[in-house]
Amino acid sequence: MTPGVYDVAVVGAGIVGAACADECSQAGLSVVVIDSGVVGGGATAAGMGHIVVMDDSEAQFALTHFSRRLWSELAPDLPDAAEYDVCGTIWVAADEEEMQEVERKRSSYLEHGVHVETLNGVALSEAEPHLRRGLAGGLSVPGDAVTYSPAVARFLVERARSRGAVLKSDQSVEELTNDGPRLADGSLIAAGVTINATGSWAPMLARGLEVQKRKGHLVITDRYPGFVRHQLVELGYLKSAHSLTSDSVAFNVQPRRTGQVLIGSSRQYGNEESGVDATMLGRMLDRAAEYMPDLPRLSAIRAWSGFRAATPDKLPFIGPCPEKERVFLATGHEGLGITTSLGTAKLIVDQLLNRRSEIPTAPYLPSRMSQSKREFAQ
Amino acid sequence: MSETVTLSVNGQSVAVPASSMVSAAIAVSRVSHFRSSIKGERRGAICGMGICFECRVTIDGEAHQRSCQTPCREGMVVMTGEDYSDSYGRPRTIRRTTRTCDVLVVGSGPAGLAAAWAASKSGSRVTVIDDNQAPGGQIWRSESKARASSDSAKWFERVRQAKIDTVKGGRVFDASQTGRVLAETTDGVVEILYQSLILATGARERFLPFPGWSLPNVCGAGGLQALVKSGLPIEGKRVVVAGSGPLLLAVADYLRKRGADLVMIAEQAALRSLLRFSLGLLSSPKKMVQAVGLKRRLAGVKYLTGCWPVAAEGNEELERVTLRQNQRTWKVSCDFLACGFHLVPNLEIALLLGCELNNNAVRVDRFQETSIENVFCAGEATGIGGLELSLVEGQIAGFAATNQRHLAEQHIVEKEKLRGFTSLLNRTFELRDELRALPNAETIVCRCEDVSWAELQQQSNWRSAKLHTRCGMGPCQGRVCGAAIEFLLGWGMESVRPPIFPVRLSSLSQFTNK
Repeated sequence: MTPGVYDVAVVGAGIVGAACADECSQAGLSVVVIDSGVVGGGATAAGMGHIVVMDDSEAQFALTHFSRRLWSELAPDLPDAAEYDVCGTIWVAADEEEMQEVERKRSSYLEHGVHVETLNGVALSEAEPHLRRGLAGGLSVPGDAVTYSPAVARFLVERARSRGAVLKSDQSVEELTNDGPRLADGSLIAAGVTINATGSWAPMLARGLEVQKRKGHLVITDRYPGFVRHQLVELGYLKSAHSLTSDSVAFNVQPRRTGQVLIGSSRQYGNEESGVDATMLGRMLDRAAEYMPDLPRLSAIRAWSGFRAATPDKLPFIGPCPEKERVFLATGHEGLGITTSLGTAKLIVDQLLNRRSEIPTAPYLPSRMSQSKREFAQ
Repeated sequence: MSETVTLSVNGQSVAVPASSMVSAAIAVSRVSHFRSSIKGERRGAICGMGICFECRVTIDGEAHQRSCQTPCREGMVVMTGEDYSDSYGRPRTIRRTTRTCDVLVVGSGPAGLAAAWAASKSGSRVTVIDDNQAPGGQIWRSESKARASSDSAKWFERVRQAKIDTVKGGRVFDASQTGRVLAETTDGVVEILYQSLILATGARERFLPFPGWSLPNVCGAGGLQALVKSGLPIEGKRVVVAGSGPLLLAVADYLRKRGADLVMIAEQAALRSLLRFSLGLLSSPKKMVQAVGLKRRLAGVKYLTGCWPVAAEGNEELERVTLRQNQRTWKVSCDFLACGFHLVPNLEIALLLGCELNNNAVRVDRFQETSIENVFCAGEATGIGGLELSLVEGQIAGFAATNQRHLAEQHIVEKEKLRGFTSLLNRTFELRDELRALPNAETIVCRCEDVSWAELQQQSNWRSAKLHTRCGMGPCQGRVCGAAIEFLLGWGMESVRPPIFPVRLSSLSQFTNK
């Protein structure tokens, strides 16, 4: 280690950057974390904080499952403010067609060793009395959890700092070089490796990176303890959430430890304005009301929006930039950034230290994209 | 004796005059505890005007209703404390309406009434919306039946004759789109389309946190007055009025007329500032007369300057206050502490629209127009200046918004003169540095989320405080802690976005182009 030079510079102190800083410092590396604002202030603050196993693809399953285990290992160390709660997810099936999807999902999860239970209509309404009558059933995933992500990001950064890491907040990074990040004032923070963990802003520091902003909205209510008990997501979410072109909404509500209800979700491309889009918000709330008819009577306290970092193949970029080998990417997590932050950090450090990873790293390597692009260019 | 209505509070039957708010019925039934805070503290109403959300109770099965803004109805069922069991309200139809007008006036205090009247002179269609059930704002609250010779009666009558469209009990929650305002009412949601907008959103009290300030029966100065006007019985109660500003005298005078046992008035400003202020009043004979009248009526009431409360104590509600003057501190027994540290403008709607500010007030030109075309602002929201200035500014705004600039012109000289008084007022009642030392580590600063002073001091700015302590993230949306934090830590207000007031979820999706 050269004096005055960090082993690792993490750019972005959202939950992904915070997890990377924590993991690097744990491995004995010297770390600097730089953020243009405060810790956990971007998508980390805007998102729901749902820790969920998803099975859109084998690679997505591997990363979310691995990460969820890391969360349960981290849980005993988390501060109270992290509000970590293993409330479980229920995937809600509206009709028999969706019940078939429940069955498919059930066998896929069980095959991979994830505990799940099928709920029929009666069991579903017992589990969640405020859901509308007549729903077909659902799939309960008891090991899923919710958390207050900004508090986790802060905890991880503080833990890294207790091992000597340095935090530079309110500092804009202009450029990422192989020798470290260059700040807006022109100065270089010398680092052996730089990690771009700036979420949907990553392309500003990695030209041509195929990460798009995908806008989302959330609303939070006043306190109504017990109104919702599990994270509830409609199975139709699978149909709507992954359409890459059109705007979509889905029923997705979360119980907060405070008794508040967090209501989502919406997905929008091509709207980079940071304000709330009333039309999307309205569609989202109407969708939620279809599933929970009592919801419209609750008092809403705040509404906000944020940007997910979406990639063309719905998998994150975790690994070295093809063009700059000492700049790593840790972005493109779309709606799974909170869940997969911990897994991402492990995979990054494994690569830095040439350690063998618990899950295959190839599906997330950034080179998977640029390869096809370069071939095309030639 | 006026008509009474009978309602149930925590299972007990209570009869109150028909004009009372639910907050009064709760007080009459000897409940001082409206809600339990998230850390389990007992809380009571403080602002009396619908902004602090501390008086939230469950009304007819609907949780989180502001009792100070809800009129009592026969047979109403009110539950205080933390009973959420199935308190999601009865299913009901939400009425959705659209109104169209030339000029929309937000606020029906003196500035709003004057603006509406002036605008109506042009023949324009004028709509006035206010969160309260009756016109008059805070200063003329419950004066609709005042004696005919009073200022308020004159303006109420003018507006009545002008046949102005009014939306009562309507709280604006979105004004981000030019030309349109969305508001929630008791039974529905209303969209108002306008050509010109006049913001007469008034002011609220600045509260400062000190140990014990979150005990029930510690309220604002204007806050206690508003609660009494809404029916809170005050006769024979021992009241300490404290804080800062000319409002303290007016409140003391009012409470005394209503039979309160006024223990003392404690004004934090130093005597020498107040003497300078009195000299300043010589240039304003009308204010001088008012001041002399007030002083005479309050003769015999102890009035201490350079004196402020440093702690409030009590078992489950307020029992005594510790006051400080110079180096001396002492305790005074009382039933109520009415404590407010002057006023701060209500800026939420102006900020949503993007109006520029100046010294934490809306910046306006001589015709009261803001930096946004066709958006005017009058009264306290342009800087705390008192009743007369509000009336003058309201008229200027009303005339100017309706192409009657020649009429607006006639009031400009008077306005400039009264504005001079404003700066005198603000200099006189400037808060002393010692007040920054009022909270101790455990003192709650954000009452919605129970954030302590120690927790806040670890943060470096508002954004960080919001994210990591939830300060300002509760239903009052920083209306109480915001002004305190600005004074204590110097953090300016963060961004404002809709909904600027808590609303039913259904209201958020009523007027979208789906």
